[in-house]
Amino acid sequence: MKKLIVILLLAVLAWDLGVIFLGLNFGNEHFTEGVKDQYLEKTVTELNVANTVTSIVVNFRGFDTLGEVTVLFLAATALGGILYKKRHHVGERSVLFPSSSLVMSGSKLLFPAIILLGVYVFVHGHLSPGGGFQGGTIIATGFLLMLLAYDNYSVSHNLLSIIESLAGIFFVVIGLLGFMNHGTFLENFLPTGTLNNLFSGGVIPIVYILIGFKVAAELTGVIYTVLHEKD
Amino acid sequence: MYLILFIVLLIIMLGAAVYAVVQKDLLVAVIATGVISLILAILFYLLQAPDVALTEAAIGVALTTIIFVITIRNTVRYEDEHDKNKKSNS
Amino acid sequence: MFKYIEFSIYGASILLILIGLYGALVKKSLIKIVIGLSIVDAGVHLIFVAMGYIRGGTAPIFSPGFENDASRMVDPIPQALVLTAIVIGFAVTAVALSLVIRLYKHHDTLRIDEIKNLKW
Repeated sequence: MKKLIVILLLAVLAWDLGVIFLGLNFGNEHFTEGVKDQYLEKTVTELNVANTVTSIVVNFRGFDTLGEVTVLFLAATALGGILYKKRHHVGERSVLFPSSSLVMSGSKLLFPAIILLGVYVFVHGHLSPGGGFQGGTIIATGFLLMLLAYDNYSVSHNLLSIIESLAGIFFVVIGLLGFMNHGTFLENFLPTGTLNNLFSGGVIPIVYILIGFKVAAELTGVIYTVLHEKD
Repeated sequence: MYLILFIVLLIIMLGAAVYAVVQKDLLVAVIATGVISLILAILFYLLQAPDVALTEAAIGVALTTIIFVITIRNTVRYEDEHDKNKKSNS
Repeated sequence: MFKYIEFSIYGASILLILIGLYGALVKKSLIKIVIGLSIVDAGVHLIFVAMGYIRGGTAPIFSPGFENDASRMVDPIPQALVLTAIVIGFAVTAVALSLVIRLYKHHDTLRIDEIKNLKW
């Protein structure tokens, strides 16, 4: 009985969504002149940044990025609060059998290469596809590989909390410095160089480096909390 | 040529989605969700969005799967728990 | 010839949303419900990025040598929105799964009809 009602509701939803979306053109422009032309032009002339998505995420809509960083921080804190009973009841990991020597030596070789790839991706976020979020998750995947291969590998949880909090504080401080110089929050106040140079874009590479550190520390802390939960 | 590639990828993705919802072994359903994320990353690349493809490939395939697998380790593995008792006796 | 691509991409993403919603509404195990919500996220992100595609367009990056090509680039605004949405979707899934672990420790079962019975 419940399944019939659910299927009826889903059919109504399918009809509604289908009428809207199958009437759109795929691959044609929806407006002749819109906001995207302004963004694509101002990226080259005002900001000298090659990656348009980076300039939208950090500079033109930077307040949404501040909200997203807050949501990630709240999620990591809530996870730590739900899964830990008391601070000193952190259990050890229980493994069925230890890893073979092939896995251990292979992961020890791969780990510096993954960290280097992650740092490269978030430092060059304004020149090629990439940025803070992508590089941060690549670094967290590297730490996950080491945590899975060795059962006594430990990352100091205090150090991760300190890095994450300091990166968040510096992001807000940069916003306030823009506020004091020009009058709006998160405004660009450093000189922008030439296009396709590493030191171009004003305050954008600095903000992305801070976001990269913050996301890497946060996701590593989440994985560490979930892996070491005591029964 | 792109048309055939799109249609094949979309059919595989829909098949994996139906399999993930219907299957009773939860570990297999989680792997099917990982397959959905992987094909979604390839589709984002074909729609000329490289930043979104990088983010989806890093988050959807690696981190979501590991969090699901650790949850399954701490709780049940099969959807009906009568199956768990039946399989542990054999 | 492009008519069939339009039906297939929009239609496949609408089907993904419906399959995920079916799994979230009908299934009885809590982990299956979280899997269903994750599939709904995937469908919605695909609709967003597919709405910004322009036929014959290229990625919105001004590489050296292509610096005056702004008229043939795809729309960069939906990509910036989807970037945020993917990370937030992962954070919500992680918190939901931690709540599932706590519920299992308290009630020793994961089916929602038995948890409702234990309350009374």
